[in-house]
Amino acid sequence: MNVNSLDSLETRIGEWRAAVLRGRAVDEGDADELEAHLREQVADLETAGLSGDEAFLIAVRRLGQVDQLTAEFAREHGDRLWKQLSLTRQDDTRQPSLLVMLGFAFAAAVILQVARVIAESTDGTFTWFIRDTSIFVLPVLAAYFAFSKRMPWRRVVALAAVVAALAIAVNLYPFVEGASTDLLVSIHLPIALWFAVGAAYVGGELRSSARRMDFLRFTGEWAIYYTLIALGGAVLVSLTLLVLTPISPEATDVVSRWIVPSGAAGAVIVAAWLVEAKKSIIENLAPVLTAIFTPLFAIMLVVSAVAYTVSGVWRDFDRELLAGFDLLLLVVVALVVYGISARDATKRPERKGTGMMDVIRLCAVVVAVILDALVLASMFARVGELGFTANRVAALGLNIILIVNLIGTAWLLVRQMAGRAPTVRLERWQTGYLPVFAAWVVFVVLALPPIFGFA
Amino acid sequence: MNIDKDLVAAMATPLVLAILAEGESYGYAILKRVRELSGGDLEWTDGMLYPLLHRLERLGHIRAEWGVSPEGRRRRNYRITASGRTQLAEQRRQWDTANRTLGNLWHFAQPATGV
Repeated sequence: MNVNSLDSLETRIGEWRAAVLRGRAVDEGDADELEAHLREQVADLETAGLSGDEAFLIAVRRLGQVDQLTAEFAREHGDRLWKQLSLTRQDDTRQPSLLVMLGFAFAAAVILQVARVIAESTDGTFTWFIRDTSIFVLPVLAAYFAFSKRMPWRRVVALAAVVAALAIAVNLYPFVEGASTDLLVSIHLPIALWFAVGAAYVGGELRSSARRMDFLRFTGEWAIYYTLIALGGAVLVSLTLLVLTPISPEATDVVSRWIVPSGAAGAVIVAAWLVEAKKSIIENLAPVLTAIFTPLFAIMLVVSAVAYTVSGVWRDFDRELLAGFDLLLLVVVALVVYGISARDATKRPERKGTGMMDVIRLCAVVVAVILDALVLASMFARVGELGFTANRVAALGLNIILIVNLIGTAWLLVRQMAGRAPTVRLERWQTGYLPVFAAWVVFVVLALPPIFGFA
Repeated sequence: MNIDKDLVAAMATPLVLAILAEGESYGYAILKRVRELSGGDLEWTDGMLYPLLHRLERLGHIRAEWGVSPEGRRRRNYRITASGRTQLAEQRRQWDTANRTLGNLWHFAQPATGV
């Protein structure tokens, strides 16, 4: 082989490598692996008597067309680059246009405003309006996903029936004035509806663990985007008020009744669209956030566990504290879930033993379990004294569900660190647990109010 | 001979696991072994091997490690794990059953007893 053809071979391999890397599912390591394969194949073919160019052409052909190859990588590494899913799954998914998204956002805002006007003009009290707020907004988001993911009609109808049943049941319940079950429903209904959004998000493929994981990621990223939009919105609103109030005192009223609710409803859809459209931004942000907050939460948990055991205050917890602990456990679960999902998304090193992050994560989970066990023990004692109320059942049930989840998580983390279980086990545990959460939330919304006489 | 795509896809996992059960290997060598075993009858788009290897790694059936080839290039070597061996045994049972069933129909000289 002369120098010239050696040069051109190197150039062509370089071009091919660049083309492969353009599919973002393929990282540098994969490209190295494929390039090594290509070179070895070329070398073998040259030994068999082919010229450099011929050998290159045949070797490239054997490796397969670049777009098919990268699509196959995308299918396997959906986590790494599920931003690519819309490209590789062109048949069933596509990113809706900006106009379609704005249309849905507008619809959400209009529905909310119509409901508010009706609420104001009829009874003047806002109890049902506040309870139902999520019904005005989240089904629109579900519809948006059903539309953009081209969910089959039958599934759309089934999902709509479930949502409608929930909405009707909740509004037919004869709640007593200021009932605590009413408040519980207002808290749990949005979560139940969020699961409906999830069903639409996965296009009805409820059983697929990978799709469920996508939805979990989406939930976290949506929350981040929504918070960012809310912050920007808050600045905008306060500046508007600052400028307008001196010349028209009614401005506050207009803003708080029309602008803020409409914006908050529309932003639900906009945030969902942004998550998919501007994936790469948030995808880098979520792992960073978990990396920052996992150690901080671990420290906070250890400190509180020590403080509680030393001072012994944990003997008389009240319900609010238990609800607070529910939140804390939820955050820990979320940190673990985003931690494991981000781990694969950022890099796939050759998993050498145990990372520092795994230890911190395990530490946080174990301490959270211990702390919560203390709370549960005191709570059981208290229920023994005072009997069950709707609030106690709701707080206790969620707590038990969370602690079982965390114990399973801790066990799988230990096994994973010992190299006995792949990360995917932990993912499956979390995605497999979603129906438990969904069932519990629906139970609180539908069954608790009748059980406790709508009080 | 042209083998149906679905059949090739179904064979891919047990084939790769069985080859790795013979010893640690890497992408190109695995494909060479496949070609050698099938006498060139089993046509495979070479590149598709890698997503498969990564999937098996994610499932914990095999383990990957970066090494260096004799030419001094980075090379990813794959080794079968205990869970991979279990998986292989399971797949083997299934393929034996399939072979036996079809063999009985087509009068291959195969014992009809269990494995």
